[in-house]
Amino acid sequence: MQGSTLVITLLALATLAYYAGRSRAFAVAQGKLRNLHSLPIYYGLYTAIWCAAPGLLIAAVWLMLEPTLITKMVLGGLPDNIRQLDKSRLTLVLNDIRNLVHGHAPSADADPALLKAAEHYKSLTATSHAILTIVVLSIAAALGWLALTRIKPHQRARNTVETLLVAFLKICSSIAIVTTIGIVLSVLFESIRFFEAVPVTDFLFGLKWSPQTAIRADQVGSSGAFGMVPVMAGTLLITFIAMLVAVPVGLLSAIYLSEYASPKFRAAAKPLLEILAGVPTVVYGFFAALTVAPFIRDAGQALGLDVASESALAAGLVMGIMIIPFVSSLSDDVINAVPQAMRDGAYALGATQSETIRKVIFPSALPGIIAGVLLAVSRAIGETMIVVMAAGLAANLTANPLEAVTTVTVQIVTLLTGDQEFDSPKTLAAFALGLVLFIITLILNVIALHVVRKYREQYE
Amino acid sequence: MNETKEAVGQADQFEQAEVIQVVATPQSTARVHREHRTTIGECRVDNPRMRCTDVNVFYDDKQAINNVSLDIGENEIIAMIGPSGCGKSTFLRCLNRMNDTIDGCRVIGEILMGEENINDPRIDVVPLRASVGMVFQKPNPFPKSIWENVAFGPKIHGLYDHKSELEEIIVTSLQRAGLWDEVKDRLDQPGTGLSGGQQQRLCIARTIAVEPEVILMDEPCSALDPISTAKVEELMMELEEQFSICIVTHSMQQAARVSRRTAYFHLGDLIEVGETEQIFRNPQHQLTEDYITGRFG
Repeated sequence: MQGSTLVITLLALATLAYYAGRSRAFAVAQGKLRNLHSLPIYYGLYTAIWCAAPGLLIAAVWLMLEPTLITKMVLGGLPDNIRQLDKSRLTLVLNDIRNLVHGHAPSADADPALLKAAEHYKSLTATSHAILTIVVLSIAAALGWLALTRIKPHQRARNTVETLLVAFLKICSSIAIVTTIGIVLSVLFESIRFFEAVPVTDFLFGLKWSPQTAIRADQVGSSGAFGMVPVMAGTLLITFIAMLVAVPVGLLSAIYLSEYASPKFRAAAKPLLEILAGVPTVVYGFFAALTVAPFIRDAGQALGLDVASESALAAGLVMGIMIIPFVSSLSDDVINAVPQAMRDGAYALGATQSETIRKVIFPSALPGIIAGVLLAVSRAIGETMIVVMAAGLAANLTANPLEAVTTVTVQIVTLLTGDQEFDSPKTLAAFALGLVLFIITLILNVIALHVVRKYREQYE
Repeated sequence: MNETKEAVGQADQFEQAEVIQVVATPQSTARVHREHRTTIGECRVDNPRMRCTDVNVFYDDKQAINNVSLDIGENEIIAMIGPSGCGKSTFLRCLNRMNDTIDGCRVIGEILMGEENINDPRIDVVPLRASVGMVFQKPNPFPKSIWENVAFGPKIHGLYDHKSELEEIIVTSLQRAGLWDEVKDRLDQPGTGLSGGQQQRLCIARTIAVEPEVILMDEPCSALDPISTAKVEELMMELEEQFSICIVTHSMQQAARVSRRTAYFHLGDLIEVGETEQIFRNPQHQLTEDYITGRFG
């Protein structure tokens, strides 16, 4: 039986077990619900879980181990001359066998030994699946039956089901955590490989970024310098420009919307801001590259300034616009979280609305606003699409917003797109950059969340 | 014209008589509520600080207060009592225009302070609120230092020229609020770190720092423990020498302890007003008596 059919059969069995358990509960209660410890539905669930869960677990483990075991057995049946090949050749042979099994390779011109092995492989798989089906279904039936017969009026089915549900929820939540840890570890290990080729200090403090490495010995001009300072400086410059736009505009609009605007205006303006947040970043990207950047260059020329066509200013401005709704809605939340009692207190002392906002509401909301800005900064640092399209590739170490700079994210994209060999420092550098980026945003987020939590406690 | 007025007046008196009889059974109060009830007792005093005449308050279409007339006398504590939802807090908030901050709230009527009708929409609420301060049910110190909390009012109203004057204002306010000895060594600590009773006295200090004429207190002790309550009550009786205090309270014992006059509100009407002792010893209106003796409310 196929894996999916098996699962469907198992679930059908579990459904059956559910109804059986429920009616059994009614039966043992002698028609009076009051006699039961839990509602009948819990007895049904109890039976169904006993029926399906162990079987599913066994099937999962079985299917995970099956390929390794079968491969070993097939390998054992191969002629000696093939078995004594070295490891990498052996892998190729195994690959051929698998291709034959799945029909990806023509069987006519294949080595008869391999064909025989493929047949062996096929029959082993079939046997394994048959055994699995029998084992799983019989276990399901047996355990389901056992659970069914054990249903008694005083059995605490509800407590068992609740415990199992909690366990299931725990598994779900740990998936997110485990995935995060996995990603971090993979980035970390690749970075360690990179740091074997390039010293950490050179990477962190080097002033020159030129990741093209020589493929052949006689190649010129591809020196391979991996100093991340210019790249980081570019990121920070663009982030700084973005914040110069986003923080004042976002904050002031939040103040207007939460304190001054009439409910009608607020109802209209908030969705509009959210639309701004919903614009895909790639759209912002070409808006920056095709509209804002040429405009800034022309404006600069009119003033007699020399502006690069991929200036940091253009990318930063557009990124700032992108982040406005983010800052605005976070600030709006914290401003609204300031208790009405604070406003009343200030008004009752004769403060005007702007005095109330400046002297009471804003200071009260400040920690939350700072946290929001930090979150916005970490978003700006990690933002990719706008800078890929609007910022340059040249790693200039400059503070002049009119020049072209590059960012960490842009470099990662350039290093990893296209055909790349994954063992050269050039591609591995991308992981090191990613690691640095991750650490910076992590620190910012931790600080921000800490500040937010502290602020929340203040009014509880 | 005159005839109709007279007729209405007679009708009023007639209903008044009827109300007293009808209201004895609680079920009938709802029906009686629709009619306007004339206030029993003397709502006027000589030399009032504030004089309210025919004040009506609406929340959207719902009328919360019907034709209330009441004087706030000089240097007196006047208590407003009544069951929940009777409009006593709403009436209190009319006196410094705090109802302005509530959407859909309309206040109609005349509230004179001196010669000025403070319910006039053209009036500037900033000086009004400086002369009619307010203390709320839940202590609401600003999340600033104790010093800054008290300095807030003097700063926004420009009540001092030198820093030394500000210091004097702060010290005297805290002293008069009976808080000075407890906080003098930690004026730079946040006001939110004080205990509930201390916070409420800080709010009172903050209010008297702008030297108001009237202080409104909206159930100032309902969030406090008995010891803090006693301290605040003691404080109120000291402050009576200089300020007029209007206090809304759910505790009849508190009203009886601190106030000179008491006003009883019921479903938006001012039912009875008079000397506190007379209200509690010898209430004239059946509703007042029922409330005071704990038959409802």
